[in-house]
Amino acid sequence: MANVLVFSETNKGNVKPVTLEILGKLAGQNAEVAVVGDLGDDQVKVLAEYGASKVHKLKGDNLDKYSPEGYSNALHDFISKGSYDYVLAGATALGKDMLPRLATKFEAGLASDCTNFIFDGDQFNGTRPLFAGKCLAKVNLQGPKPHFVTVRPNALGMPETKTAGAGEASDATVTAGEIRATIKEIIASASEQVDLTEANIIVSGGRAMKNSDNFSILRDFAEVIGATVGASRAAVDSGYAAPDMQVGQTGKTVSPSLYIACGISGAIQHLAGMRTSKVIVAINTDPDAPIFTKADYGIVGDLFKIVPIMKEEFKKVLDQ
Amino acid sequence: MNIFVCVKQVPDTETKVKPNGDGTFIETTAIKWIMNPYDEFAVEQALQVKAANAGSTVTVVRVGGVKDTEALRTAMAMGADDAVLVEAEDNLDSYSIAKALKGAIDKTGKSADLVLCGKQGIDDDCLQVPQVLATMMNLPSVSVIVGFEQNGETVTVKREVEGGALEVYELNTPCILATNKGINTPRYASLPGIMKAKKKPMEKLSLADVGVSADDRRVVYSDFTLPPEKPAGKKFDAMDEAKQEEVVREVVGLLRTEAKVI
Repeated sequence: MANVLVFSETNKGNVKPVTLEILGKLAGQNAEVAVVGDLGDDQVKVLAEYGASKVHKLKGDNLDKYSPEGYSNALHDFISKGSYDYVLAGATALGKDMLPRLATKFEAGLASDCTNFIFDGDQFNGTRPLFAGKCLAKVNLQGPKPHFVTVRPNALGMPETKTAGAGEASDATVTAGEIRATIKEIIASASEQVDLTEANIIVSGGRAMKNSDNFSILRDFAEVIGATVGASRAAVDSGYAAPDMQVGQTGKTVSPSLYIACGISGAIQHLAGMRTSKVIVAINTDPDAPIFTKADYGIVGDLFKIVPIMKEEFKKVLDQ
Repeated sequence: MNIFVCVKQVPDTETKVKPNGDGTFIETTAIKWIMNPYDEFAVEQALQVKAANAGSTVTVVRVGGVKDTEALRTAMAMGADDAVLVEAEDNLDSYSIAKALKGAIDKTGKSADLVLCGKQGIDDDCLQVPQVLATMMNLPSVSVIVGFEQNGETVTVKREVEGGALEVYELNTPCILATNKGINTPRYASLPGIMKAKKKPMEKLSLADVGVSADDRRVVYSDFTLPPEKPAGKKFDAMDEAKQEEVVREVVGLLRTEAKVI
């Protein structure tokens, strides 16, 4: 049995869902959870239901907000006092930033962004996509322990059966150390949409959108169906859409339940970024566009005609 | 300022990758190599900082295979002054790459005032090297930046997090920054720039020269496979205006009854 620590980010006092996905995969191991700061009894109870034997609340000065150095020093301080074989965390913005720093303090390795893993006895065996998902490979770690792993949110799914743990909660005092890069300010996003990487439905536009104003057609549609608007690289590079909207190998890798590609031809690098979507709808005037090879439902037609009709049709169906 | 830019050479984004014979990596014989797209933003940022700070130099450093030196030549054609190439296999892990980069920077004898990297290599997508390097060099660092301002020894950068929100950081040089798309528009290499780049110095080192051995590998990959292909979908012709409503109604209906996603 391996000793595993799951580092959980918290959002408005709640642990992130990916923490529960990870715990669900750790049945048979000793799974403990660490959070920075306080955590309510209700959340401790949830963690216990999903299998946490202990919940450690790390407390110390200068940890009220994230800093790369403060968090990695604090976790290093805490982990050094225990005997963990593995440290797992979600591959969120914070996890992707902090875990490489933390692992290196132990001169240890990190398997990034795993989409699945199993423990063979006490040995971690992971799977992760490379080349934005054009390939999959098995991943193993070697060298000094603990070994570190980040897990892609929504990839494992919630466990079907839960094995409860004791969920003993306690405080631990940690030191944030010297912090040289500090957050002065946080600028909230202008859009209230869910992030592309977490979206359940995505409506994306390509070069055929012709200009940035036309994206309002997609935004209207997205609002009706509760979607997030994305874009192809061609649309971003032409200035029709903002860079943080880009889906593809040089943008975001997404896996919503429904991806609606409007006027996107389907370059290999775009397909790589959205191919794991559960259902893909493509709208394009070119019947030979490569996007149709990946689409579950392809509509050969003009997006400027089709999208408004589709918006009305969705309204009818969703109202039923 | 002594500015270093770490670049990676990766298969072009239009490459159809396929696993090699023993499944330990991808087939690399017929690949077109390019500079990692996120590193182009790092090179551009370095050149802008150089222009704003008289007497600065930009050195590009790369760890990887040497069949092609496209990435370093491109960086020098854009305007970097010189290059260091550490010869290594193309599927080295992040820990070894970061250790080799540190070794190569140390070996130049110059103390780094600013190290810029792309936020992630689009080959292994690990998003690790800038943070690992910063920890090894004991320098402050911020990753995934989309905004940069310099005021003497202080830099203010914007880091992009979930949903397009931005964290604004202030830190002092020396530091390590990892660039994301949106920070700038990389310049194209001009023809005279490309000619000049051919004469710019490129130092070649081995992994042993920079203190890296096989024992530094932390991550081991095996069984490279292609993801399962989806079965062919249904395609509807709606070019004729009279059929558009009918087609859309059918597709939306199928999304509910067959695909069950709405």
